[in-house]
Amino acid sequence: MRGKVWIVAQHREGKMHRGTWEAIAAGQRLAREVGAAAEAIVLGTGVEALAGELAGSALAAVRTVDAPQLADYTPGAYAMALAAGIAAETPSFVLFAHTYQSCEYVPRLAQAAGAAHVPEVIGFASVAGGGLEWKRPILAGKMHARVRVRGAATALVTLQSGAFPADEREKGAAPVSPLAVDLAAIAADREILGVEQAGAETVDLGKAEIIVAVGRGIGGADKLAPVEELAKLLKAELGASRPVIDSGWLPRDRQIGSSGQTVAPKLYLALGISGAIQHLVGMKAAGCVVAVNKDPSAPIFKVARYGVVGDLHEIVPALSAAIRDSAG
Amino acid sequence: MRIAVCLKQVPDTEARLRIAKDGRWIDEEDLPFVINESDEYALEEALRIAEKTGGEVVAVSLGPERVREALRKALALGAASAVHLADAAFLGGDAIATGRALAAAIGRAGFDLVLAGSQSDDLGAAATATVVAGHLGWPHAWLVMGVELEEGGKSLRLVREMESGMNEIVRVRLPAVVEVQAGINHPRYASLKGIMAAKKKPVASPTPAELGLEASEIGAAGSRLELVGVDFPDTGAGAQMIAGDAAAAAATLIDKLRKEARVLA
Repeated sequence: MRGKVWIVAQHREGKMHRGTWEAIAAGQRLAREVGAAAEAIVLGTGVEALAGELAGSALAAVRTVDAPQLADYTPGAYAMALAAGIAAETPSFVLFAHTYQSCEYVPRLAQAAGAAHVPEVIGFASVAGGGLEWKRPILAGKMHARVRVRGAATALVTLQSGAFPADEREKGAAPVSPLAVDLAAIAADREILGVEQAGAETVDLGKAEIIVAVGRGIGGADKLAPVEELAKLLKAELGASRPVIDSGWLPRDRQIGSSGQTVAPKLYLALGISGAIQHLVGMKAAGCVVAVNKDPSAPIFKVARYGVVGDLHEIVPALSAAIRDSAG
Repeated sequence: MRIAVCLKQVPDTEARLRIAKDGRWIDEEDLPFVINESDEYALEEALRIAEKTGGEVVAVSLGPERVREALRKALALGAASAVHLADAAFLGGDAIATGRALAAAIGRAGFDLVLAGSQSDDLGAAATATVVAGHLGWPHAWLVMGVELEEGGKSLRLVREMESGMNEIVRVRLPAVVEVQAGINHPRYASLKGIMAAKKKPVASPTPAELGLEASEIGAAGSRLELVGVDFPDTGAGAQMIAGDAAAAAATLIDKLRKEARVLA
């Protein structure tokens, strides 16, 4: 009997989340690796159009769970609907894009379905003796962990953005069919009151050509002056990673990363930023990344074109001086 | 209102990390440990709600003996008491097994609300408190940036972060589990008076049997996820490292940005 790999689509207001396509690419690869059939799952109400979009991939099937309780995402209804589906069809793997939404409900699903939870995966490989090893970042991205699932439980795997390129998705024509689950016990566990802008975004960093970004390594708001001077010399916008914003050293509209702005400047100076994955997803489209960090093992050096190991409080004024000198 | 706060003690991520001899985890010897960042914000949020409603906060943590220090800090900051799941059978679990143990400790003590951080800074599964909610059968919300009591304490109005700079406003019924995002408030510092008072506050250490748990359903034995090993990512792959003192490195870098990368005029 062939096992199944499920890929759960994420969507909102009729639009597919882009991570879904990465999850499908990963699911197709995983299905080939373990000799299973890949199926996409879409939950919601009136999901025909979304199912049709998914059906353009090389999949054994697109399965729909169409119910009024699933009109809006709530963690309780999503977890219960999928738990019922998993109990009925026992897929070997269920894949999700690693998003704020899947982070919220997939652990609850794992608990309800008695499944294993493998979060934020950036790679997988078959290992000698059978089974798979999953790779995931730990310790703010400073290290990677290799994990495996014990026993025969379904594994719920969330896939880090960018780890499985969507352009590796194989196109095809998949049949669409309903996934029969008993929806009687499924109810929303929250009332949705609305959606609002997280803050007045006064600065659009997305248009900046050059960004000078600071991280926790800056050490305090009182130490920003030399960085501001460097930004001025470079005609750059000032950005920051989350810890700087949370500490109140710069306003929230300067935040770059998964909960801030996404940027694509031609030059990105990362000063005292270790390079946690949440920051990297916001700046990975930058043309040329320069990293200055006192820790030579900081993951930011992996994505940088140029790296300087040292104290940013010494290097920043030196950079300003070098620009002034060479401008002669 | 009685509020439980789940705290995790984690390695200070600013510390220099080394891989342990067996390659399975980091070397914890001489490693500084701190309260997980988002859990500190959860504790602060709990203390504020308790102050407003005349309730009390109980800090709950699972981990080895060193965790006592994190609980001591929570007591100094204002928690009334603490629960430390320290029995060896509790240790080494994945988020599901750890959540099961925490839920057993919390479920027996009559709480109205559980607060926790959204994600640990070490293993980062962002799952444990959600699993607690699942075991208790309570609603939960993750990545919360605002908490307000409503209907005289029957429900909560929560602001939760979505992607692309949007927030969703939701209402959940109590009892509930709320996982807060770092930055939701400004955590207080412990006072000398608080530190002295903490020494007299009770810390319970129930055994698995006292919580009605079998050793096979908690800790490493009760986990489906097994940590095989840890590695450093390939550092500097792609990065050209520029050596020299600050002045020399800066001059070289600016020169390369102009002539090699051509991103500066």
